[in-house]
Amino acid sequence: MAIKAKHQRLVLLVIALVVLIGAGLLAAWALRNQASYFYVPAEITANPPESDRAVRLGGMVEKGSIKTEPDGVTIAFVVEDGKARVPVVFKGIVPSLFVEGSGVVAEGKMGADGTFVADNLLAKHDENYVPREMQNMTEAQAKQVVAETK
Amino acid sequence: MHGFANPARFLRIARWLMPLCMGVGILVAGAALAWGLFEAPAERLQGETVRIVYLHVPAAWLGMAGWMGIAVASFMQIVWRHPLAGIAARACAVPGAVFTAVCLVTGSLWGRPAWGTWWVWDGRLTSMLVLLFLYFGWMALSQASEASDGGQSSAPAIFGLVGAVNIPIIHYSVTWWNSLHQPPSITMGKSAMSGAFLWPLLFAMLGFTLIFAGVVLARMRAILADQQAEARLRRKALAAGDL
Repeated sequence: MAIKAKHQRLVLLVIALVVLIGAGLLAAWALRNQASYFYVPAEITANPPESDRAVRLGGMVEKGSIKTEPDGVTIAFVVEDGKARVPVVFKGIVPSLFVEGSGVVAEGKMGADGTFVADNLLAKHDENYVPREMQNMTEAQAKQVVAETK
Repeated sequence: MHGFANPARFLRIARWLMPLCMGVGILVAGAALAWGLFEAPAERLQGETVRIVYLHVPAAWLGMAGWMGIAVASFMQIVWRHPLAGIAARACAVPGAVFTAVCLVTGSLWGRPAWGTWWVWDGRLTSMLVLLFLYFGWMALSQASEASDGGQSSAPAIFGLVGAVNIPIIHYSVTWWNSLHQPPSITMGKSAMSGAFLWPLLFAMLGFTLIFAGVVLARMRAILADQQAEARLRRKALAAGDL
């Protein structure tokens, strides 16, 4: 019995698609470590980059860690990811979303003393969107309001 | 689906479905944008700049949906030789590319105040830019195949299916790789977005999706009309040659 041409095309195409998607996923998997936009503190402390290599460090700005140096334009803060913490210094204008407890990506070089010297800061917004009216609530109240919207 | 294989039947349905999609879509999208721009609150950290989300997210969704449309149509063209599939794929390409471009432009405008940069080469932004280039490539290939053999070739359909690999990469780019772009706020049945932002956003997505559908139907009608006119001219030319 001959197989209908359209069934043959269907089977061949489905096989081709499975192979194609498998290849795509494998390629993405292989890129897993190369395609990341930044290193988290745990990675950078485990494998410190050479001091002359430009890298990006990303994580959360530790609460209470932002300090302005006496010169008024240099700030020092700590980037953490729950596993490790890296002190960072930066001289310049910070983006408006750069706040404690929020995400940041610092571009710069790792100093020999373990302090990251940033020459550019990018603020990272997370997936949470909270109306401004809620900003004066306590954290617990805000969390409850956010939980109710889920 | 094969009920629509007859272009005349498809045209009868498209004649009223197209203006319906367009009309309702413009109303819903317009109302959702007004809601988002004037009624919805400012965001705690981002302030007023958050309002660009009501254009950015629908554009991102439709940029990806356009290619999913091309991929599904390509599949139907190759397997079932559906007569309208190639036309549907061609009709999806331009609106898909336009929404992808809108997504990239609004994202860039949003990135400057929110992140402090117009552009970064992170996984999400790069894969979305690749999608725009895929659209350009697909449109060029489809036009070339149309010019050389009247759209009989399956090269654009194969390109459409291969290019679809980029869609899950765009979606998972923020999960697989550290990126400056945020992870998704709306996931299966859950939203990390307060309802005050979520509802106008969902209506904007619905409205723009209806507009997209309306544009696709209108373009399909136009392509069919072109083909009919061409076939008529060819018949006339043949008849004139016989005399």
